[in-house]
Amino acid sequence: MHVPDGFLNAPTSIATGVISAAVVGLALHRSRRELADAGPVRAGLTACFIFAAQMVNFPVAAGTSGHLLGGALAVALVGPWTAVLVMACVLLVQAFVFADGGVTALGTNILLMGIVTVAVAAGVSALVMRLVGGRRTAVPVAAGLAAFVSVPVAAAGFAVLYLIGGAAPIPGGMLAGAMVGTHLLIGIGEALITAAVVAAVLARRPDLVRLAGVAGATPQATTAADGSVVLDPTAARATDTSASSGIGRRTLAVVLGASAVVAGGISLLASSSPDGLERVAGSLGFESAAADSPMAGSPLADYGIAGLGALGTTIAGLVGAAITLGIGLLVARLIRPRSVGASPAESTTAH
Amino acid sequence: MTVAHPPLTRPASPPVVLSVRATPAARPWERLSPVRRLPAQVKIVGAVGLALAVVAVPAAAWPVHGLAAALLVGVGVVARVPVRWALRRSLVEVPFVVFALLMPFVATGPRVGVGPLELSVAGLQGGGLVLARGTLGLGAAILLVATTPAHEIIEGFGRLRLPRTLVAVLTHMIRFLGIVTGDLHRQEVARLARGDRRGVAGRMAATAASAGHLFVRCYERGERQHLAMIARGAPGIARGASGVAFSTAAAPARARDWLLALAPALLVAAATVALLGGVRP
Repeated sequence: MHVPDGFLNAPTSIATGVISAAVVGLALHRSRRELADAGPVRAGLTACFIFAAQMVNFPVAAGTSGHLLGGALAVALVGPWTAVLVMACVLLVQAFVFADGGVTALGTNILLMGIVTVAVAAGVSALVMRLVGGRRTAVPVAAGLAAFVSVPVAAAGFAVLYLIGGAAPIPGGMLAGAMVGTHLLIGIGEALITAAVVAAVLARRPDLVRLAGVAGATPQATTAADGSVVLDPTAARATDTSASSGIGRRTLAVVLGASAVVAGGISLLASSSPDGLERVAGSLGFESAAADSPMAGSPLADYGIAGLGALGTTIAGLVGAAITLGIGLLVARLIRPRSVGASPAESTTAH
Repeated sequence: MTVAHPPLTRPASPPVVLSVRATPAARPWERLSPVRRLPAQVKIVGAVGLALAVVAVPAAAWPVHGLAAALLVGVGVVARVPVRWALRRSLVEVPFVVFALLMPFVATGPRVGVGPLELSVAGLQGGGLVLARGTLGLGAAILLVATTPAHEIIEGFGRLRLPRTLVAVLTHMIRFLGIVTGDLHRQEVARLARGDRRGVAGRMAATAASAGHLFVRCYERGERQHLAMIARGAPGIARGASGVAFSTAAAPARARDWLLALAPALLVAAATVALLGGVRP
């Protein structure tokens, strides 16, 4: 999503540049203590890593490929303020050393990919961590969810900026729909990669994952006066025993019950007016271009069962929720950190 | 006794689902030219100034884009920029060229008939503007990259009073960029060399896990570097050591250098004003 020169007019580019400069200045101030402790070397190498990670392309749909944006990954690893700095550095280097992304659009790129993604990812991951009480097993899931949400929000941000100062008038609904739609797919790839990377780092050096310390008992590594890095394995093991008991039964029952009520009952109250895209299509006149989905013959098509009315909607809702729960559990099993309690620090102190 | 061996078949090479964009081998900034000798900070300001001047050209003064293109090509010839390298670098623009070509079809407003198609007037104008501005801005950036090695660009930022912390982080990022991207490439090669025959999900998981290990290695390398610097008495950011001085080319710029670098931007701005002044009687 690197915006080139000329997409947005000069006043919008300058305005986004000023906003980005202000936020990056604030981030410099907020992360000053961290950078003074650890030096610029660690932040530089994190920026290096995000840059390298952005070089991995993955196929999104026929003929399109996306690449990792990295905002949510940076937040999970080094925290929000340093993440803003790191992303700003990556985008600066990309614009000035690799000519990727316009130099006058640097403010826009930093605002969208450095600030909006980081802010949304920080909010979502902190919220998820607080909801699960800081369990370490939830960290990759929180990071993945944050990544999935942050990418389409940044795409929507681009649509908003384009509405304000774009080169040619394009219907806002259409642009937003196209941008958010493509970036939902990119967001899935980003979520999977972010969750897997965070899980891998968590398995080997849990002190390097800043998100693991949010609302939880896992301490960060402290640099002692002589410069040696000290982990606290006893506290980490205590967190492990609480994490291995998994989600409490009561929480599970509440979540399943709420899902059943919403999917089976409240769904009957859903509005039957056309959604945003259908509305835009109707008013702009390209509605007739819509073709039926190849799955239109499925027994649960259109969230109902033919001939059963309200009961059909209820059954469809419950079946859909059950299928989604099954897929969610499968994904959670795939990205669970493998070696809880088997990392070198804990195995040596076990002797 | 002969043993019947099964026929040796080429193992089907797994399609590489995840590709790592390779860095080009050419290094155009190693070619000497008058542009190469200019200090980095004037080239940075010159490139940004030219891009800004181009973006500020209104649709009514569209011939100025031709002047800007001629200036870029002229400077490129003087700087001995290899054409194929520059074209390869411009490929990054392709998705936006597609967007610009689609604009006359999707934009709103009054439409005009072009052959068998009904195209939006605002879309044609906007698409053409986006194409011109994007290409010219990219050209300015490519010229900067072709004539200035990365560490000099960062030093130029330092001289342009970018915050010291940011310059320090950028310096360390640039130092290890080649090593880290090389590490990622080596891990990918190692995965393929060990015959990874899993499906798409398995390969993505393997690549993501190796990325996780890459991060840990980067971080630990950073820790070792930091401790080594402290052990050798580096004063830290606050006292002004923003990084190791790499080259002696960080000479302060003379007025003549600034004039040379800002000339293209000023020419474009002057041409815009002249054209607009002429159009408005």
